[in-house]
Amino acid sequence: MCRTILHCDMNNFYASVECFKNPKLKPYPVAVCGEVEERHGIVLAKNYKAKAYGVATGEAIWQAKQKCPDLVIVPPHYDEYMSFSKAAREIYEHYTDQVEPFGMDECWLDCTGSTGIMGSGEKIANEIRERIKFELGLTISAGVSFNKIFAKLGSDMKKPDAVTVIPEDRFKEMIWHLPASEMLGVGRATEKKLSSCGIRTIGDIANWPVDFFTRRLGKCGTDLWRFANGLDNSQVMTRDTEVPEKTVGHGITTLQDLESPAEVWKVMLALSQDIGHRLYLFNRKATGIAIDVRDNQLYFKQWQRSISLPTQSPSWIAKEAFALFCERYDWKHPIRSITVRAIGLTSMDTPSQLSVFVDAERIARSEKLDACIEDIRRRYGKASIINACLLDNPKMPQHHENKVIMPTGIPI
Amino acid sequence: MEYRKEYVTVKLRVDPDGSIRPLSFVWVDGIQYKIDRLIQRTRAASTKVGGRGMRYTIRADGKETYLFEEDGRWFMEVPIINNP
Repeated sequence: MCRTILHCDMNNFYASVECFKNPKLKPYPVAVCGEVEERHGIVLAKNYKAKAYGVATGEAIWQAKQKCPDLVIVPPHYDEYMSFSKAAREIYEHYTDQVEPFGMDECWLDCTGSTGIMGSGEKIANEIRERIKFELGLTISAGVSFNKIFAKLGSDMKKPDAVTVIPEDRFKEMIWHLPASEMLGVGRATEKKLSSCGIRTIGDIANWPVDFFTRRLGKCGTDLWRFANGLDNSQVMTRDTEVPEKTVGHGITTLQDLESPAEVWKVMLALSQDIGHRLYLFNRKATGIAIDVRDNQLYFKQWQRSISLPTQSPSWIAKEAFALFCERYDWKHPIRSITVRAIGLTSMDTPSQLSVFVDAERIARSEKLDACIEDIRRRYGKASIINACLLDNPKMPQHHENKVIMPTGIPI
Repeated sequence: MEYRKEYVTVKLRVDPDGSIRPLSFVWVDGIQYKIDRLIQRTRAASTKVGGRGMRYTIRADGKETYLFEEDGRWFMEVPIINNP
């Protein structure tokens, strides 16, 4: 049975919300940018007027200002964005219970079961588009197709405030001529690999033998080939589905560059507090640790290794992360940002084999201490108990309560 | 014409089933106006002043206008008159 999948993408989401909340901004080129003082001074979103000047997401504010001297810079208001995102999702849920968010501004909807009552996918998409405009004052572009990949592709084809339908019998003529990078799953690195072999369009991917992709790109390569041929059959998650956590991480760009291992230790310890807390909430422990380090030349490097004994202890995670860092980082340049991640998560109930040389009693004592700290934080707040060395940590940003979870992977 | 968002004082009636009905509001001139007729109640955005929530189309003093309820606060779209 042919499915009816919609992908709804709110156009220039952050910038649109800012222009909606303050209509005086509408006639000007507007960019939503991070805090310069916290060294997040990049363009997060821009409106169409700013886009016309060539302002691009991700570039530094000074670069954007060079392109468009009259650019109006506004700070982000994540609470507002969350509220609009929630309201949009409530509208989607009028049409189906299979609503899968992909970041704050995008959602997939499986309307296969609703078409009998509510009309075709295109009709539903147009109704949603009109409702979002009327009720929230924002525009969306929607893609309608028979799988998630093509629905997403469709929503990118016509913008803003438009609906694109990619039917099963016409997808070859509609999308095979598009550049391979347009397809979800083809990032910069993959695009480079593909173009080095002369594969430039989605049609090229579809018509190349599948073995080639498996050899060059592994499992992801096979998936790309399937996507291009319209064979993606991944489900749209239902509203209440909780995706199991695969990793828990926390990263930060420090206020000033980190110049010594002691400073790095403080940051890692601070980051690990949050990781430990989230592992505790998810009832998980980590069997490995990963760190991402970006130096002040913006060179990025990532390392990971397994931990001898699975843990959810913040201090243990910090120690492992710091040991890994000391082992690998060569200190060619000071550090701009650090991320610590707990990987290979297993359930707390999973038995683990102790080594003969491990002091099991000490570990049990340490676990008791962590549980006690967690209990104090639960009752009196996160800041009620912290490591003494973190009291004086001037390079750590203080205001990071707005945690925004971004889409991280291809939904396969 | 430009508009500004003006939060206003509203007198409400809350029915036993929890439904709310505005009865009167205090306009910017300080005068309380009785709502003669509630014409429509719908979820809508105010693109003129940047707000969203429940929009009540009302008739008061012979004129039809909108009254918005946004997160528990009530606002109206007030035209800004630029004197030459």
